[in-house]
Order: sequence, then C-alpha cells, then structure tokens
Amino acid sequence: MQGYEVLFQGNNFLRLLGGLWVTIRISLISIALSLVLGIFLGAAMRMKNKAVRAVCRSYLEFVRIMPQLVLLFIVFFGIVKATGLNLSGEVSAVIVFTVWGTAETGDLVRGAFDSVPKHQYESAQALGLDRFGVYRYVILPQAVRILIPNLINLSTRMIKTTAFVSLIGVTEVLKVGKQIIDANRYDAPDAALWVYGAIFFMYFIICFPLSLFSRKLAKKYKQN
Amino acid sequence: MDWSFITRYSPLYVKAAVLTLTIGAVGIVLAAVVGLLCAFAKYYRVPVLRQIAAAYTELSRNTPLIVQLFFLYFGLPKAGIVLSSEACGIIGLAFLGGSYMSESFLSGLESVKKGQIESAESLGLNGRQVMRYVVFPQAAAVSLPAVGANVIFLLKETSVFSAVSLADLMYVAKDLIGMYYNTEEALTMLVIAYLIIILPVSLIFSFAERRMRRAGV
Repeated sequence: MQGYEVLFQGNNFLRLLGGLWVTIRISLISIALSLVLGIFLGAAMRMKNKAVRAVCRSYLEFVRIMPQLVLLFIVFFGIVKATGLNLSGEVSAVIVFTVWGTAETGDLVRGAFDSVPKHQYESAQALGLDRFGVYRYVILPQAVRILIPNLINLSTRMIKTTAFVSLIGVTEVLKVGKQIIDANRYDAPDAALWVYGAIFFMYFIICFPLSLFSRKLAKKYKQN
Repeated sequence: MDWSFITRYSPLYVKAAVLTLTIGAVGIVLAAVVGLLCAFAKYYRVPVLRQIAAAYTELSRNTPLIVQLFFLYFGLPKAGIVLSSEACGIIGLAFLGGSYMSESFLSGLESVKKGQIESAESLGLNGRQVMRYVVFPQAAAVSLPAVGANVIFLLKETSVFSAVSLADLMYVAKDLIGMYYNTEEALTMLVIAYLIIILPVSLIFSFAERRMRRAGV
C-alpha cells in the first residue's frame, strides 16, 4: 500500500480531523476566556495606581519570558502534585493558554487604547460627552480598529502553540497521526511522511486564512 | 525543597542548557541569514525568488514548529532523508525563524524614506553603496526591536526539541519528575534555567532599543 492511501483508508482522515479538533477546542476556549479577562487586565494596566501597574507588568513579563511548555509543565506536573487535584492534560492546557492569552490580550488592549491620541479624549470631553460617551462614541471605535487585527494574529499564535499539548499526553492530531502510522507500520512503511505532511497542511489551512484576514483588516483600517 | 537534590542534578540542567543554547544559537543565526535573503528578494522585487520567498514565509508562519519537527524527524526518513535530532532542531528553527526575520528586516528596509535613496544616488553612490551606507544602517536600527522579539520567541520555541528526542531542559525536567517525583525541585530548576537564558537576552535588546531611540533613529 502507498503511504498516501493510509490517509483515506477507513475513517483515518476523520480521526485526524477529530484530533485536530481537540487542539482547536482548547484554543477556542482559551481565546474566549483570554478575551474577557484580557479586557480587564488591559484596563488595569492603564490605571494610574503604580502598584497595580507593577503587578500587571511583572505578570506579563514572566509569562512572556517563560516558554509556554514550561508553564504547561508547571500546571500539569506541579499544581497536580502541590494540591492533589487531578487535572487532565486538556484542562491544564486551557489554564495555561488562558494565563498566557490573558497577558498578551491585556497588553494588546492597553496598546490599542494608548495609541488613540490624547486630543481625542480632550475633544470628546470638550463636546460635552460624559465619561461613558467619550469611550463609547470616540475612543472605542478607534481602539477596536487597532485591536482586532492584532487579536486575530494572537489567535493564530495560540492555535499553533496548542500543538504542544501532545507533549503532556493529550491525544490530539499528532498523537492520532502516530497511532495511524504505527497501525500501518508493515502495510505502508512510508506513512509517516504523508501523515505528518497532511497535519502540516491542516494547520496551514486553518492559520493561513486567519493571517490573510488580519492583514487585510489592518490595511483597510490604515487607509481610513 | 530538597537542596541536595538540586545540587546533585543541576549539572544535568547545565548540560541541557548548553545544548539548547548551542542549537538555538546556530538555528537563530541561520534564521537571520534566511530572513535577510528573503527580505532582499522581496525588497528588490527579484522575479521568481520573490514569489518563492513569499510562499515560504506563509508556509512557515502558519504552521507550528512541533509539526515541522515531526515532519523533518519522522516523515523525511521515509523519503530517504535521514536527519539527526540536532540537525532537525537547527533546520526547524531556521525554517520557522527565517520567515519571522524576513518580515522584520523587510519592514526595516521599507521604512527608509525614498528621499534618502534619491539623495544618496544624486551624490553618485551606486546601487550597492546606497544599500551598504544609507539604507541598511537605518533599516537595521528600525528592525532591531522586532528582531529582538524574534530571538526571544525562537529561544522559547526551542522548548519543544524534546519531541525529537533531544536531551534539552524539558527532557531533563520530565525525566527527573518521572524517576524521582521531586516535582518542585525539577520545575524550579527548569524555570530558573530558562530565566537565566532568556532574561539577559531580553534585557540586552531593550537596552539596545533605548540606545537607538535616544540616538534619534
């Protein structure tokens, strides 16, 4: 049997897609949680209180410096031992990617609001808008234009990074791929080339349109 | 915290850190070379090469390093190309990093104003001299922060090397946890090792960036 036939034999292709869905689901849940928490973090980072800002800053820097896989080990091995809680690989992954995603989203939110020039705030106030009105009608529409392309980019980064979870034993697309390769070891010895090649393109097909879309949005907003 | 455990096993971490750093450094330097070539191909709009560079950039940016490594390490031998773990790590890092570097260099090159190039030409500099003395120094300064971010990103990405059986820091930590269940010690040393590797790089780049900004670039 040829290696590429393995891909379409039985329900192998569906199994691979199922494996891919495991990581996509982890990313989607983490992205949604990060978005909500990141908005609060971004607001906290813009506060005048120096202590709050220092805490946020150290959180962001620590999460940025540590590889995500190290954070994953800390939660998956460390927290489990320290607390006795039995967290599955998937739950650990959601925790880690939310902790990381919140930090990155918070920084993007802060950056987006900081990039709106100060005179916009002042002019809006001079027009007699109250605090809510200033944000609702003047600042938010401008900040969101900077924020959305960056958030899409962050999402593709998170989708790519969730591929790490195979290293803490979650059965995702790489693990399913390995199972398929092992099961066909004698019938199709070159299956690895095709299976891992297919997984490579699966990620590409998910992330490439997102990258294009974010680039297009960024360009469109820049023109206006 | 069991201190004797830490003193007994820290040499393992040092050895693993040296391995991570060596492969990381070679991979990052290669990534910068690939990135520079791609950036020039796009900047000078070299036909064919420019399209190849664009296609490569998209492929590399939109796929995870661990999948690239699996393909290199487990897939390619079936096509007759057998690479060692170390070679896979270096090639994978260069393949992933090249696209990020090319984007950073390209945005630096494109940030140099046309007036600069025209003035240089009117002074009688030829194409190569314009690049060497006028465009490149300015572009390098502009792209420095992005390049620094890439270096840190790539150093962090080296943490997946254990997937292709390189005995890196993650591998040592996992091994110690599996063998002795000294989880706290193993993880603490892991965190400290990465801090020692990445923190100075981060500080150096932010220092350089501040210097550049003060110089008015």
